[in-house]
Amino acid sequence: MTAVRTEVRTRPRTALGRYPVLVALCIAALFMVLPFLIVAVNAVKSPAEYSQHGPLSLPKGLYLDGLKDFWQRVDYGQKLLNSVLISGSVAVLAAVLSLLNAYAIGIGRIKGRTWVLAFFVLANVLPQEALVYPLYYLSKQAGLYDTRLSVIIVFTVIQAAFGTYLLSSVLGQFPREIIEAARIDGANKWQVLWRIVVPVSRPTIGVLLVFFFIWTWNEFLLPLVMLISNDNQTVSVALGVLQGQRLMDATMTNAAALLGVLPAIVFFLVFQRTLTRGIAVGAVK
Amino acid sequence: MTITAERGARAVGKRPHTGPRRPRSQTSYALFLLPGVLAFLAVIIVPFLMNTGISFTEWSGIGSPKWTGLDNYRQLLDDSEFWASFRHSLFMVVAMAVVPTMIGLVLAAALFDYIGKHFGSRTAAVLRACFYLPQVLPIAVAGIVWSWILAPDNGSLNALLKAVGLGSWQQDWLGDPDVALYSVMGVMVWVQIGFPLVVFMAGLQRVDPQLYEAAELDGAGWWRRFWHITLPQIRPEIYVVLTWCTVAALKVFGAVYVLTKGGPGGATDVPSYFSFTTFFEKTQAGYGAAISTVLTVIILLLAMVGLKLQTRAEDAEEGARA
Repeated sequence: MTAVRTEVRTRPRTALGRYPVLVALCIAALFMVLPFLIVAVNAVKSPAEYSQHGPLSLPKGLYLDGLKDFWQRVDYGQKLLNSVLISGSVAVLAAVLSLLNAYAIGIGRIKGRTWVLAFFVLANVLPQEALVYPLYYLSKQAGLYDTRLSVIIVFTVIQAAFGTYLLSSVLGQFPREIIEAARIDGANKWQVLWRIVVPVSRPTIGVLLVFFFIWTWNEFLLPLVMLISNDNQTVSVALGVLQGQRLMDATMTNAAALLGVLPAIVFFLVFQRTLTRGIAVGAVK
Repeated sequence: MTITAERGARAVGKRPHTGPRRPRSQTSYALFLLPGVLAFLAVIIVPFLMNTGISFTEWSGIGSPKWTGLDNYRQLLDDSEFWASFRHSLFMVVAMAVVPTMIGLVLAAALFDYIGKHFGSRTAAVLRACFYLPQVLPIAVAGIVWSWILAPDNGSLNALLKAVGLGSWQQDWLGDPDVALYSVMGVMVWVQIGFPLVVFMAGLQRVDPQLYEAAELDGAGWWRRFWHITLPQIRPEIYVVLTWCTVAALKVFGAVYVLTKGGPGGATDVPSYFSFTTFFEKTQAGYGAAISTVLTVIILLLAMVGLKLQTRAEDAEEGARA
């Protein structure tokens, strides 16, 4: 930050003057990724090597038994599957639900839309702590306790609340002329939604899908309460519970950390383009 | 339902928009809301009302709850554990909303207006990616990573301090009651920075580049462009980010669960973790519900203020454009 400020005051005109900013930002960025690097380095060390040389030494070879042991011990494949299934379903369902809501609010400009919007924002704002016990109790009554479906239903609604909020404001600025033109050409509201609004808002919807997927993947409290059996747990819950029990040694911890970090990095690389398109962007200008 | 209604209307043929058609078209937009409202009622409103109801009872989760009126709330007023947890929440707001927003603003402006311009948008994108990375990490995994980095013996941070000759700075980062809360705050800053950064950079893309070009031609330096163009232009985003991050800070649970379990000695306890243990470990559903109800009221008030500020900022912006 200091570097940035000094730069500003001197108003660099030469290429040389610009580098301190770049260097400062690169150091800051390195600090952000450092924990990932440390985890990666230590996950491939043997316990003996770790205890001898500590966490900062470079690994002498590739020791993968820690990873394999951990994978089998927590049945990691099953956890991945559960997470993908839950997050994927939630992302799609929540995006559809958000779109329907936002269409009525942003484009339909229904009466009392401010209140309706406030009503939906509530869902995302309410702390899950204020829902968790009744949801736990109700899902037990409904026979949905400890099922992936229960978590899918709950998060579809919670994520759609944010989606409604975001999409409503984007659709509120949607050029009215396009919709009116389509209406004059005889398109009904359903067709306008799918043939005009959806294609034009695709960047925003893409961002929502990505966010919903990642957020649901990362959710902790509700899945922790709702998914108690090993076969239904998500990656986050399985790792969090293990860590909470403090049963792990350093090698195990690193294996857990690396296996938890890897999916996140994969999403990141896959979704990078969508994320960079940004939230506020859209064909609407 | 909407489809059939609309298709039916179309099948009759394209009639001019006459009297009876108008109210129809109003209702059919409202129909799009139906699934959302129903799901919302079932998953949010009903459980929320139940929770409020439970907060006026003494209940272990089994059998029927015993109505005790405001007893739980009276008990809360005298519960030092409860007050401490809320005090810690304020620290979380600083760590998760205030600091990341400020850093995010400077970083976003620097990346967008400076690095992007002079070193190419690719460089800016790579740097942004680094800052955003922790955001895609499950908080439970971030907790695993950090609790091991911050471990007292053989933890990376202590090893690093020793390696660079600052051995006297070594700490039991998460185990010392005087330090633990700040350690958790540090981790949360690391987790949060990416969110404001990405939102602000997206917001900046909306800004007319001519504004910057004109300012630059007039000889405005980076700082003045930041102050007079960047900040006012993305004010709506700033309110959104501050509101959402503050709410997230008040709700923080996973990090505390994984990093410290509220310890040592309650030094990092927060309301959400406090209500969780009251529900599921002490099985005092009534008292737990009272804690979460108080938390909810605070969060709702904050969110309303945030929403109000944001609407006002957007209105002002629209007014300025018109």
